[in-house]
Amino acid sequence: MRTHQFDVVVVGAGGAGLMAALYASRTASTAVISKLYPTRSHTGAAQGGVGAALGSDEEDHPEWHTYDTVKGSDYLGDQEAIEFMCSEAVPAVYELEHMGLPFSRTPEGRIAQRPFGGHTNNKTGKPVRRACYAADRTGHMILQTLYQQCIKNKVNFYDEFQVTDLLLNNGAAAGVVALELATGELHVFHAKAVIFATGGHGRIWEITSNAYAYSGDGVAITLRRGIPAEDMEFFQFHPTGIYKLGILITEGVRGEGGVLINDKGERFMERYAPTAKDLASRDVISRAMYLEIREGRGIGGKNYMYLDIRPETVNKYAALDGRKRTDGSPYLITSEEILAKLPEIIDFCRTYMGVDPVSQPMPIQPTAHYAMGGIPTNKYGEVVIDERNSVMPGLYAAGEVACVSVHGANRLGTNSLLDLLVFGKYSGLRAAAFAQGAGFQPLPEDPTDFTRAQFDTILNNGGTEKAADIAAEMKRVMNDHVSVFRTAEGMQLALDKMRELQERFKKVQVGDRGKIFNTDLLNTWELGNLLELAEVTTASALSRQESRGAHAREDYPRRDDANWLKHTLAWKEDCKIRLGYKPVEITKYEPKERVY
Amino acid sequence: MQVRLKVFRYNPEKDKKPHYETYTLEVQPTDRVLDLLEHVKNYIDGTLSYRRSCAHGICGSDAMRINGRNRLACKVLVKDVGGSKITVEPMLGLRVIKDMIVDMEPFFEHFRSVMPYFVNDDPPPKRERLQSVEQRERFDDTTKCILCAACTTSCPSFWANEKYVGPAAIVNAHRFIFDSRDQAGAERLRLLNDQFGVYRCHTIFNCTDACPRDIQVTQAIGEVKRAIATGRID
Repeated sequence: MRTHQFDVVVVGAGGAGLMAALYASRTASTAVISKLYPTRSHTGAAQGGVGAALGSDEEDHPEWHTYDTVKGSDYLGDQEAIEFMCSEAVPAVYELEHMGLPFSRTPEGRIAQRPFGGHTNNKTGKPVRRACYAADRTGHMILQTLYQQCIKNKVNFYDEFQVTDLLLNNGAAAGVVALELATGELHVFHAKAVIFATGGHGRIWEITSNAYAYSGDGVAITLRRGIPAEDMEFFQFHPTGIYKLGILITEGVRGEGGVLINDKGERFMERYAPTAKDLASRDVISRAMYLEIREGRGIGGKNYMYLDIRPETVNKYAALDGRKRTDGSPYLITSEEILAKLPEIIDFCRTYMGVDPVSQPMPIQPTAHYAMGGIPTNKYGEVVIDERNSVMPGLYAAGEVACVSVHGANRLGTNSLLDLLVFGKYSGLRAAAFAQGAGFQPLPEDPTDFTRAQFDTILNNGGTEKAADIAAEMKRVMNDHVSVFRTAEGMQLALDKMRELQERFKKVQVGDRGKIFNTDLLNTWELGNLLELAEVTTASALSRQESRGAHAREDYPRRDDANWLKHTLAWKEDCKIRLGYKPVEITKYEPKERVY
Repeated sequence: MQVRLKVFRYNPEKDKKPHYETYTLEVQPTDRVLDLLEHVKNYIDGTLSYRRSCAHGICGSDAMRINGRNRLACKVLVKDVGGSKITVEPMLGLRVIKDMIVDMEPFFEHFRSVMPYFVNDDPPPKRERLQSVEQRERFDDTTKCILCAACTTSCPSFWANEKYVGPAAIVNAHRFIFDSRDQAGAERLRLLNDQFGVYRCHTIFNCTDACPRDIQVTQAIGEVKRAIATGRID
């Protein structure tokens, strides 16, 4: 065992972790610990854009962005935090540009912006160009740019170190334990402040856009140390994943004029969202697709739809909608323009489906995409651990792993990249400031005992269960019963199943007994995390007897503000889940019916 | 369909030297080579080791040699390999740690050596620095790099001398040298005008063939060479 000491330790090296590290390292000794090389992080898979009301070529305001985000959240988002994020958005995007981020440009040389779902001109209700983009590689550019800046600023990295435990003492953070993949050795990172930025957990579902690495490590680790998870029932299903594979096809396709088509050739979103149509919120569109499929209007009667970006289709519907370019001319696009603006998704479709989107529609289905829930924080990234929002000293979370909550029950596209910039920055600043005024909490006597016990259970239980079988069953059951539409019956079945699978997991067999790059052991440990989160997700969902945002129940089809305008908190205690609730912060926008 | 997957195996805790193992698998033509490796790891031999994360060609974790050419295992489908025999080996030129896992540190060291970050010491404007569509397009190709190392480890000059910075580092220098907003182009050109810099490139084009992002790597290196020779960046 080796021990290191830093003022601030950042766990995870995606956008939020790198942003936190850039800011914390200005004034505090800082280390970034990541199970992947930083540029492998899932931020790099984000495509369409980062939301900010720059108004590059049409009227827009942070206030409009705030309202759209509140509405998109189905009024579950905390309004002060949302207002904070949306006003910070504009300087955050300019800061990225000043760091060299290669945004696409307008003819005037400004940062290019495109329309995205749920982002509107608040006067007309029509889509507004608010997503600042670099082709369809915006996340890649953000990740690369932040990593480049970390190199420039000589940030300390511990690459390919898997954090396995959070150390607490006297009710405050004391550090983390990590396993070095290359040696199998355990390291203790003694720190005054710990920032979790470990991303999401979409791998609990069968069809997902998420990386293998998205195994919910941060929430699982903190749950085991008595910290609650907030709003876990709210998980976003993105409407357009590649059929069967789940790989993301950006909403930017629809921003550029692409439309969703059913088996009868209809643009069915006209019936579900008469104003925003194909640019309604993601939850609204995923539900519409499920309903169409249920009515037998999936393509060939199957469980998928078409996303059509062929120029003839786009131009036909743009004319019907009266869509104009910024110079007032009719919106007409060519194949060349599609290739230039959406090169990645064209490559994905050609590679994985043999479909060329310029001449053929893309087969797509909803895909598990983004965790609105996570470790509860306030708007500075400080982790809050109870119904009264009490801060745990020295502990921070940012990005997808955190629940501020700015996304509430449904996140708007482009707000995840924004979230990681703003809350990554503020968690880094706060952690560094805290470290300046605080001492180190003493380490526990045997800091690695809990980690060793977990690995020992996985390696030496004498069982014969296959991790892959358990994983496959978890994913299938979650996809069948805890996805776009839910019922009490289905969720109860899923909850029982997750508990049964956790029992089977205690008898899991790992083939690799070695020290060096034992990915078999680590993948199995990650599966343990996913099982915990699948259970918490299902228990939180089963209790919420209403439909709101991404949580749509067939047995409770309406939103119920009288009883459920509140955040869920879930604790894991003695192998049981305890649920509590805390109020939603409402400042300017009283909840009303949500129509697109 | 059935394929015979022949896999390079080396476990430093057990093996004195590497060997190959062959697995006969029932697969779909549309399976990724990564799916085949996952199948072996999940159901046949848990010790099989490789890196992977996004599984759709964006994160750059799973670059390896597939039938002798550097590819991302998640971006090659069985039907695209051609034939029913697939051989999977680690990238060349970097030390093998275990199976397909190589030591990436020398690769990242070369990357860090070329100032792969934006430099502009003027106080930034209140809004963005303006850049025309054409200026932005000038370096578009090299912004696509995901640091998978497929190019560098396909380069005979890099195999011959590991001190050569390699194609990936030059691609990342190019990305900034030709960015109209950057101010450190001359310094990067000086760094690359070195015995282990651009002149190690003998335009063999392996790198361009290997790049999973279709970056015109050899062309980018040529542009850097020309900038050094002419003292002009354009």
